[in-house]
Amino acid sequence: MSDSTETRSSGDTFGFIRRNIREYGILFALIIIMAFFQIVTGGILFRPVNLTNLFLQNSHIVIMAVGMLLIIVAGHIDLSVGSVAAFVGALAALMIVKMGLPIPVVVVLSLVAGALIGAAQGYWIAYWKIPSFIVTLAGMLVFRGLTMWILKGQSIGPFPREFQMIASGFIPDLFGVGKPNALSLVLGWAAAVSILWLQIRARKREEAVGIADEPFAFFAAKNALIFVALVWMTWALANFRGLPNVFMVMAVLVALYAFISERTTIGRWIYAIGGNAKAAKLSGINSERVVFLTFVNMGMLAALAGLVVSARLNSATPKAGVGFELDVIAAVFIGGASMAGGVGTVIGAVVGAFIMGVMNNGMSILGIGIDYQQVIKGLVLMAAVIFDVSNKSKS
Amino acid sequence: MNAILEMRGITKEFPGVKALDNVNITVQRGEIRALCGENGAGKSTLMKVLSGVYPHGSYQGEILYNGKPMAFRGIPDSEEQGIVIIHQELALVPQMSIAENIFLGNELAHRGVIDRHETNRRTAELLAKVGLRESPETKVGTLGMGKQQLVEIAKALSKKVDLLILDEPTSSLNENDSAALLRLLASFREQGMTAIMISHKLNEISQLCDSITVIRDGATVAHHQGMVPESQIIKDMVGRSMNDRYPPREPKIGEVVMQVRDWTVADPTRDGRLMVDSASFDLRQGEVLGIAGLMGAGRTELAMSIFGRSMGEFRKGSVKIHGKEVDVSTVPKAIKAGLAYVTEDRKSLGLVLIDTIKRNIPLANLPGIAPKGVIDREKEGKVARDYRKQINIRSSSVDQATVNLSGGNQQKVVLAKWLFSGPEILILDEPTRGIDVGAKYEIYTIIRDLAAAGKSIIVVSSEMPELLGITDRILVMNEGRLVGDLPTAEATQEKIMSIIIHSGHDLTDESVTPEQIEAEAAHV
Repeated sequence: MSDSTETRSSGDTFGFIRRNIREYGILFALIIIMAFFQIVTGGILFRPVNLTNLFLQNSHIVIMAVGMLLIIVAGHIDLSVGSVAAFVGALAALMIVKMGLPIPVVVVLSLVAGALIGAAQGYWIAYWKIPSFIVTLAGMLVFRGLTMWILKGQSIGPFPREFQMIASGFIPDLFGVGKPNALSLVLGWAAAVSILWLQIRARKREEAVGIADEPFAFFAAKNALIFVALVWMTWALANFRGLPNVFMVMAVLVALYAFISERTTIGRWIYAIGGNAKAAKLSGINSERVVFLTFVNMGMLAALAGLVVSARLNSATPKAGVGFELDVIAAVFIGGASMAGGVGTVIGAVVGAFIMGVMNNGMSILGIGIDYQQVIKGLVLMAAVIFDVSNKSKS
Repeated sequence: MNAILEMRGITKEFPGVKALDNVNITVQRGEIRALCGENGAGKSTLMKVLSGVYPHGSYQGEILYNGKPMAFRGIPDSEEQGIVIIHQELALVPQMSIAENIFLGNELAHRGVIDRHETNRRTAELLAKVGLRESPETKVGTLGMGKQQLVEIAKALSKKVDLLILDEPTSSLNENDSAALLRLLASFREQGMTAIMISHKLNEISQLCDSITVIRDGATVAHHQGMVPESQIIKDMVGRSMNDRYPPREPKIGEVVMQVRDWTVADPTRDGRLMVDSASFDLRQGEVLGIAGLMGAGRTELAMSIFGRSMGEFRKGSVKIHGKEVDVSTVPKAIKAGLAYVTEDRKSLGLVLIDTIKRNIPLANLPGIAPKGVIDREKEGKVARDYRKQINIRSSSVDQATVNLSGGNQQKVVLAKWLFSGPEILILDEPTRGIDVGAKYEIYTIIRDLAAAGKSIIVVSSEMPELLGITDRILVMNEGRLVGDLPTAEATQEKIMSIIIHSGHDLTDESVTPEQIEAEAAHV
């Protein structure tokens, strides 16, 4: 805390890693975990069929993690997401199977229902200052109960094929080449190229004004890795059945929320409120409305996750979504968010979700029992947070 | 008489600031010693050194207690020796009973099981000693401030106490409670207890204390035995030279920009008490207007309440800007009306400490870098780099987290944030608190340049030399009321201090008896 006149050279690779260890550490951890399971499963992990499953099985966690990240950055928590997902899944089942409403209408109504649930909870949290832990704990019980009530304790299903496609379909092959799926290839590779292009452009602009902080070797290695990973993954998936529909939903959401959190005023407000609520308020930020909206958003994403899960299971069940909230919250914390608020990134939360997903998947392939799986996941969460805390006390 | 306490050559430094500079003080056994000085002179720091809050080794100099050198590592060490401190802010748990509070951390227990009966019996004894007729099981939160202060004293007495230190014990008491407290302290003296009392209230001091030590700028500047004229004490407290500590300036004062009328704010935590009582004043274009007053006078309350009712409970009042009444009922509306408020507490109210300089500066005016809700990162960086250069924020880059900046540079970031919001009127609350002399000069220069550019500025400050050095006009505030309004050219520190001290009663009113004046003054 001394007068900060210390200088730093922008080419100092070691110093850069140390300053940004959290952001890169989590990515390294994912790579190491993936490499580990790729080896011990004898190459099963990265087979196209398993890779596809990995995305299908974890999509709901990723969808909710981007919303939960915003909630946690704002200094709150939402324990109700699992119950809300189940409730909306049940509502959708009722509307489709029992009432026979058209699927696009059901999807819209379900998202609206989720947003309303988020609004109902966010109202008490934002405007009445009731702790989010309590409000959403109540919501968790209420919506679990309501799920059981509208399902009358039974499962509703099966769904029409059209609805199942949300979770288990793949994007069509517009150019009709068959294998590989040409549209998947085009989309995946276009994404890889545009990400690379955006990164290079940003880097050039930074260099132009002399504020490029990341050493060039680091910049090059990171982007080469991401580019190669995307190109290869697209190729692998396109040669199996193409990109899953939920993968597209996920990719769009991740890009959108990363943009919102980093580049928009509302995103900046959320970070400021979590970082210092009083200072934010005195800066003229309408914190109540911003917090309210993060909960509305979370409700909507929980509803979307609920649709995806019930479409995948092909039925709405009273027990759907039990424990989802814990997986989602764990993903966000593994991804580097701080319980105190103000810290965390969307990309980090997504990487956190995939760390959990890869471990689930890898351990299942190895036939490790659910008992050990829980223990190991708990320890990983603990390790990630200990890493954070020890890092902070060092700096 | 022999000395119970001798502090020799005490020097205590904080990063960039020398809070105490070779302080020497000797307290005789059985006396009540007054410790006077302006806000920030070092009184509380000295008492924290004595009580071990700043442990041995973090300061230079030595403490002799009963003739023996002491090396306190914390409050438990000093309390074991019989030195007990009662802080200005009461440290009681409102939800707990009197008895529970008195023995908090010191419970009367056998193997961890609290002996309720013994606790209540001992508490009743202590309450009798301080003359508080309440059940030991009464919740502290239900008591008034005067009674809470007595509970604090009973708590101190529950420990073996030879030297009692009181930090402004009557600052939040009404006159009856104050008088009762002073009588109680006098009776303790008869029983042989020694006390050190920090106080601003000169009449209380001359009424009760045996001797007076004055601290100024971290050094002991005067010691008086027995009665001395108030004017002498005031002179000792404020009399320092003002060389080139303020940038030269030629004021260009224009039309009235802002008119505040009848501004009244109540304290939501204490029924009926007004934090600000019918404050009215004008502010002109290009003017630097100072607001002087002691701590708790209501200056911050006035400023924050005008800025979007951010403090207290608004009762009545109006603000006109350029002759038109404006709505300042929320912070966004106040900003829109052209106001900016730079807080006295930059760490908890001014900055998002974990965020970088670049992200803090545009916070009060995000549309300024994000015209359509999407942040233009190049503009964001440019704005931050421009301010960094313009007001000389010393940092490695604009990407440095504000938590790692020195106080002066943090203050500049907060200033930059509000400059970027483009205000017409800036309210600066203690703009140089806790920052070093060099940075202070820079802040004064920024203030001068802003005024020269036609902005109107209100500076709330506890440092009177600062107000005299940089303002055009000074309002004096006491107990929530504006009690003086004088051009800086005619003001002196003695004048301001004496306005504050005499504002509690009206000397021209002949019907007031001397006793009433005495009692009123006790409330100042």
